Amino acid sequence: MPSGSDRGVAANPAPPTMAKVRVRFARRGRMRFASHRDVARSFERAVRRAALPVAHSHGFSPRPRLSWANPAPTGAASEAEYVEIGLTCPVAPPGLASALDAVLPEGIDVLEAIEIPLGAPALAELINASRWRLELPGVRPDELAAAVTALMAVGELVVERATKDGRRRVDVRAALVRVTFDEAITNEVIVDGPQPGVDGVVGHSDAARCAIMTAVVRQTIPAVRPDDVLAALVAVAGLRPPVPPMATRLAQGLLDDRGRLADPFGADRVTTSTGPAWSGAQPAPAVSDQHDAAS
Amino acid sequence: MESVFSALEPLLPRVAKPVQYIGGELNSTTKDWGEAAVRWALMYPDAYEVGLPNQGLMILYELLNEQPDVLAERAYAVWPDLEALMREHRVPHFTVEAHRPLDAFDVLGVSFATELCYTNLLTALDLAGIPLRAADRGDEHPLVVAGGHAVFNPEPIADFIDAAVLGDGEQAVLDITDMLRRGTQRTVGRAEVLTRLADIDGVYVPAFYNVSYRPDGHIESIVPNTSVAPERVTKRTTVDLDEWPYPKRPLVPMAETVHERMSVEIFRGCTRGCRFCQAGMITRPVRERSLAGIGEMVERGLEASGFTEVGLLSLSSADHSEIAEITKGLADRYEGTHTTLSLPSTRVDAFNIDLANEISRNGRRSGLTFAPEGGSERIRRVINKMVSEEDLIRTVSAAFAHGWRQVKLYFMCGLPTETDEDVLAIAGVAHRVIKAGRAASGRNDVRCTISIGGFVPKPHTPFQWAAQCDPDTVDDRLRKLRAAINTDRRLGRNIGMRYHDGKPALIEGLLSRGDRRVGRVIERVWRAGGRFDGWSEHFDYQHWTDAAAAELEPLGVSLAWFTTRARLKDEVLPWRHLDSGLDPDWLWDDWQDALAAREQDDCRWTPCFDCGVCPSTGTDIQVGPSGTVLIPLTPVSVAGD
Repeated sequence: MPSGSDRGVAANPAPPTMAKVRVRFARRGRMRFASHRDVARSFERAVRRAALPVAHSHGFSPRPRLSWANPAPTGAASEAEYVEIGLTCPVAPPGLASALDAVLPEGIDVLEAIEIPLGAPALAELINASRWRLELPGVRPDELAAAVTALMAVGELVVERATKDGRRRVDVRAALVRVTFDEAITNEVIVDGPQPGVDGVVGHSDAARCAIMTAVVRQTIPAVRPDDVLAALVAVAGLRPPVPPMATRLAQGLLDDRGRLADPFGADRVTTSTGPAWSGAQPAPAVSDQHDAAS
Repeated sequence: MESVFSALEPLLPRVAKPVQYIGGELNSTTKDWGEAAVRWALMYPDAYEVGLPNQGLMILYELLNEQPDVLAERAYAVWPDLEALMREHRVPHFTVEAHRPLDAFDVLGVSFATELCYTNLLTALDLAGIPLRAADRGDEHPLVVAGGHAVFNPEPIADFIDAAVLGDGEQAVLDITDMLRRGTQRTVGRAEVLTRLADIDGVYVPAFYNVSYRPDGHIESIVPNTSVAPERVTKRTTVDLDEWPYPKRPLVPMAETVHERMSVEIFRGCTRGCRFCQAGMITRPVRERSLAGIGEMVERGLEASGFTEVGLLSLSSADHSEIAEITKGLADRYEGTHTTLSLPSTRVDAFNIDLANEISRNGRRSGLTFAPEGGSERIRRVINKMVSEEDLIRTVSAAFAHGWRQVKLYFMCGLPTETDEDVLAIAGVAHRVIKAGRAASGRNDVRCTISIGGFVPKPHTPFQWAAQCDPDTVDDRLRKLRAAINTDRRLGRNIGMRYHDGKPALIEGLLSRGDRRVGRVIERVWRAGGRFDGWSEHFDYQHWTDAAAAELEPLGVSLAWFTTRARLKDEVLPWRHLDSGLDPDWLWDDWQDALAAREQDDCRWTPCFDCGVCPSTGTDIQVGPSGTVLIPLTPVSVAGD
């Protein structure tokens, strides 16, 4: 290895991390097709463009200190992605959120930022499940309900998925905590949702033929993805959506014993949301008028 | 104009890397369709990951969108997985910003850096519903205008394009836009627009020229068939780069691409005179961007993009007359900001270790890359790449002594007059690099990677008359070279060798020096499924040899006739009517000098040798030094504190 003085970086030792901010952001519309690596790169550029005092790793190739928790798979939209940013000096979270949001591509939208103590538990310890909404254009709600009921009735349902490391097997049934589906939500989303082409969530012209389900899925290793849930519905009930369904992660958090998710920011939140409101994809509360297919 | 995104979106979950089709790049522009007087679709006919960073397209895109009444959107080739789904679901080829169908635009501008993208042009036209042949297009179809280095001989695609722009595009696209403001093919008719196009400097309209052939297959003549078409079309030359500081706001992709950096073209043109190098011949003369202009572009571009790397681009970046001031100025300015500099094209003899230290001061130290191009001193004189082996060894020794651990060396195989010995000399160079590196660094683990490309003779170079080496000979020489590298295992194990087989180079040769008859071969290959010929996993040699046999042999010519045959001085070359500024007699004399292994100097530092460019283009060599320095900037924190 070259001596330290040769390498340039040693002359500018990276300042240490003095503060940490957690950011919740959404991946909307076309940006659902970005991979986690794509999103990570755009954040690395955004923190530079926003001139945030981001801490860097030490060594030969210093990298900005951004740590990620459980990114949604490519193709799925999300209202609940999380990243933790290490800073060399404290920055007020609302200002950081709006500065970052202003320089990120449209569709990667910062929703909220909070400061956390340096010794706070890792994000991963605050998240063990996700709530997903799956929209199935061209599928009747009663077809979907029947398929879900069949799936929840079995004790185990293993699906296989091809990954770049070979084939992986996951038990979808074991990871599924609860599923709700409601025609009222279907109509509400179709009628009040954002414009087609802007967010890409809706745009299915035939409201009656779009079934929607909301599923709480426990984080497992390997993770059960929305695609796996659909594969399970195909396997158990022969459900065959005519067009690719659309998945949106609505929330992440810690499961309580009633199958609800505790907000990872709950304990540390001191400010309110700074991101743009987006009525169509606010996490739907598990209200009593929904039909629980299982628990 | 309606977006086709709602039709495209359901297909995207089923294809690889869908992010490349969604647009939304930082610094991209979407304008109101109805308010634009002239609408350009700019296409790079290769994969998004290669096309997005292309400087030429980015410059024209920004330049056109700066015009209030002009709309420009971009398109890239779609991979075969999406192509199949688009055909099945009848989704037309689209632009990435607003997903508008290509056939709705006034102009489809296609940039060809390489001839191996020609089949992708046909895919795009067909997917867009635009007739493949210009003669079949009506007033409702876009004008298909080609540009880029490859179109200095556009004859193989002459039937598929309406026009080609020779040389620098900045002013030409504005001239074409002006002409279309007065009327597009939709308002004044296609014939009228083609006539007006032919009247613009640097614009070649193939339909206005007749090519006739002799019974032996040679071209007899190329003559205009209308008075509006000039005898020869002369290339455009952008004289003052400082007047064109583009890109100002570089596109930043979501998807991963081959280059993710703020690129600044620090000069255009090169007078080193490497005889194989088409770029060096057709972009003359040298025009430097000023130190202040470079500094301002870097500053604005980094601010607008968030990139962490600055690329100082040119054909031979260390040759800028103020390269030391540029690199030191930028390294000072961006000290402590994790911003790295790169000099992608660097000559051994113009490179020194101070320069190397400046470019790596603020960041990672990647490998060093040099291009001696020829293994023996003799072949380097033939190609006029005057780099001595002592220079190379001295430079790499200094680099290894200063902490570098790896050098990459580029060579070519199949050069005119080349023998086995010239190629085997590469092994000796690599062995000496390893020995020198070990001695300089005191370590055993230094690495040298030899990267070898097959030589393709190109139009408008002294080698335009040369016989291309056949692929079997190239492959055989490279096998012998590999064996020679490994004769000494203690050295050979530290030497990597990368090369492709010689077959794609032969097809590139056909497309580079072909005439209009080669268009039928391209179309036949495309109909047989040929796509992405620049990608080894997609390239199908058999398609090309079959198509060449079927289409060319009935005409009395062949793949070999176009490639491995040497041309005589009086032969009418297919690009005779296209003027790159170089004097044909000078080119021929330089070819004779090459055959005699006589080198030629660089006219930046020695007297003019009358290549013909400066008088014919009304320009002159522009080199510094200006004697100025870059003033360091203090980084300002916007959101902090």
